[in-house]
Amino acid sequence: MNRLKPIALTVALVAAHLATPALAQDKVQFFPSLTGRTGPVAPNATPFANGYADYMKLVNLRGGINGVKTLVEECETAYATDKGVECYERLKGKHGGATVFQPLSTGITFALTEKAPNDKVPLITSGYGRSDSADGGIFKWNFPLIGHYWVAGDTVLQHIAKKEGGWDKLKGKKIGVVYHDSPFGKELLPIMQERAAMHGFELLLLPVPAPGVEQKAIWLQVRQQRPDFVVMQTWGVMTPTAIKEAVATGYPREKMFGTWWSGAEPDLRDVGAAAKGYSAVMMQHGAEPQSTVVQDILSKVHGPGQGTGPKEEVGSVLYMRGVVGAMLAVEGVRAAQERFGKGKVMSGEQARWGYENLNLTQAKLDALGFKGVLRPVSTSCVDHMGSAWTRVHTWDGAKFTWASDWLQADEALIRPLVKNSAEKYAGEKKLTRRPPADCQS
Amino acid sequence: MLYRENGQFKTSYRADQQIFPIAQDRVVMALLLVFALAVVPLVMPEYFFRAVLIPFLILSLAALGLNILVGYCGQISLGTGAFMAVGAYAAYNFQVRIEGMPLIVSLLMGGVCATVVGVLFGIPSLRIKGLYLAVATLAAQFFIDWSFLRIKWFTNDSSSGSVSVAGMNVFGLPIDTPVQKYLFCLAFLIVFGLLAKNLVRGHIGREWMAIRDMDVAAAVIGIRPVYAKLSAFAVSSFIVGVAGALWGFVHLGSWEPAAFNIDRSFQLLFMVIIGGLGSIMGSFFGAAFIVVLPIVLDNLPYWFGIPIDTALAAHLTYMIFGALIVFFLIVEPHGLARLWSTAKEKLRLWPFPH
Repeated sequence: MNRLKPIALTVALVAAHLATPALAQDKVQFFPSLTGRTGPVAPNATPFANGYADYMKLVNLRGGINGVKTLVEECETAYATDKGVECYERLKGKHGGATVFQPLSTGITFALTEKAPNDKVPLITSGYGRSDSADGGIFKWNFPLIGHYWVAGDTVLQHIAKKEGGWDKLKGKKIGVVYHDSPFGKELLPIMQERAAMHGFELLLLPVPAPGVEQKAIWLQVRQQRPDFVVMQTWGVMTPTAIKEAVATGYPREKMFGTWWSGAEPDLRDVGAAAKGYSAVMMQHGAEPQSTVVQDILSKVHGPGQGTGPKEEVGSVLYMRGVVGAMLAVEGVRAAQERFGKGKVMSGEQARWGYENLNLTQAKLDALGFKGVLRPVSTSCVDHMGSAWTRVHTWDGAKFTWASDWLQADEALIRPLVKNSAEKYAGEKKLTRRPPADCQS
Repeated sequence: MLYRENGQFKTSYRADQQIFPIAQDRVVMALLLVFALAVVPLVMPEYFFRAVLIPFLILSLAALGLNILVGYCGQISLGTGAFMAVGAYAAYNFQVRIEGMPLIVSLLMGGVCATVVGVLFGIPSLRIKGLYLAVATLAAQFFIDWSFLRIKWFTNDSSSGSVSVAGMNVFGLPIDTPVQKYLFCLAFLIVFGLLAKNLVRGHIGREWMAIRDMDVAAAVIGIRPVYAKLSAFAVSSFIVGVAGALWGFVHLGSWEPAAFNIDRSFQLLFMVIIGGLGSIMGSFFGAAFIVVLPIVLDNLPYWFGIPIDTALAAHLTYMIFGALIVFFLIVEPHGLARLWSTAKEKLRLWPFPH
């Protein structure tokens, strides 16, 4: 294995189009990329991986992280947990050690949550993974930056309530939840149940077995029970299937609301105009073709033919999520360099400090080209999420348009949920809450 | 030349009944054990333990269990994943619900629970066989998948349906590092491998094989089909259940029912078929083929310095893997174990074939 390492390193460098192999002597910050380019989520996970890779190239073109170049190496998981674990093991020690992992799969995140503390590698799980890992006091290595499932669930219900004219209007109504029958889908349920108990609406739970293309039975149930609204926690091939079934069932798309993994272009393109009126809550950003960062990627990365995927998808919803994920990964390292030495390669442990002390002000975001895309993100030892803002966008038959103002998840509701769940986890694992002194480490 | 049994006379029943009657085999086996127990932990990088060796050991164990049922007793089962799941979730429940439960006891109790479920789903085998039985065991797969997804008690009311274990130790020794995990699994595999080998060599194994070869004739010569079939289901599910518990506890650390879905059942069945039905050795070959080969294929482009798209690499892996399965099944329908024994036969005559 060891003899092959230099070869692999060189190849990876060439593969990542990072200029000449002479770079091998340069300082590089290694960002492993777990991709889902095959398997049941391929249409959605591919743009994410492309956006991630392209933004890293843009960072290098902009001079790296205070001079340190980024290096991306991909490993294909096909959304399978055991393959994801294998990829993690394969990549975590390469190129001087992994900076941070972003598995893009809740199942893989659950498995890696057990491993990351031993290996001292942080995990960024923007919008997925364990919702309770927002509690940094228990989950030292997990970072569900800028949103987790409960934020999505809470804000989508807020949006529905607002449209109806207040929470009290939801009393006695019935809301169907179509979800992937796995941790990915079930993680949404606690917040829905909490809100249902608070406001007196009824939940109709509609689980769909993986990978999610078998939905006839649950849409029959929708037809029978006629819920007032349907909330979808779907991902990959499951979303277009659900929308087609809804069209076939005659369920109005205006009453269907997706969470942020159920509202991207690959989900709706096939259905096109028939899906008009379908909305989904977004983790701040949506499709952002006009943003500065996208223009930069188009001119500097795709312009000279260095782009990772097709040019047309640049700026689409999931491509943007890859870009945002890469930006957060890079900015954490930049923050860590402020403390551990500018222009140095950060270890996973040092990068973790950066993610915990992230302070992305609006000015910083605007300078990076994220004006209008993101709002400020600021994390702390206690809060590993950093921001709980969302927006809702609606499909107009060909593209997404914004349908709501900024929504903020109800912290008073979510914080106790997160804390209780994290405490339960700590109890099972016999962990103790990090003492305040540990926050500085 | 080297592999010849000239001059090795067996003068007692004991000597004649050894697992490895040829001295060279014993030497090789001993060397292999020394290598696996003493050399491997020192030289292998961490990645190898976590991504290759530990999955290989655990799935070998599961394949061994399945081979007893399918290879030795001739009862096709598509419910292996389910029995693994029973082992894993039962062991998890023993571990969380009983304070101070020793790890090994909970793993074995997981196996015991899998035995009960296995025997229960083995009852149809008394009336139906072959493909019909395969479909009946498929029901076990679906039913058990369903219950671990739906019944919250099994997952200790976890909101996501995913469970995790931590702080594993045996007699105060922690099972944390990859080497410790590897040795822990290896110990299980050695003990179970030895037990299984002796079982199939003994009268129980002969009953199973008689049932497999012709159940009517077996019944005529006095073998009770009920006892033989159910004991095969029991032993097989016990081993598979322990393997499932190891897979959850040692390899994944945190799992959901999808870790034991129908794909896992198929994967294990392929291992047994490719490795060699009715062969202990074959279980190991099959597991090695199915676990290690895709990883090697996946890595080959990198090792040879061919820059290749990850998606393309993944598709190529599937294609080559599929082609190899077809190739091996055509060249040697009795599996890799038969290739191995053919090689040994040839070696015995070498260099003077006749």
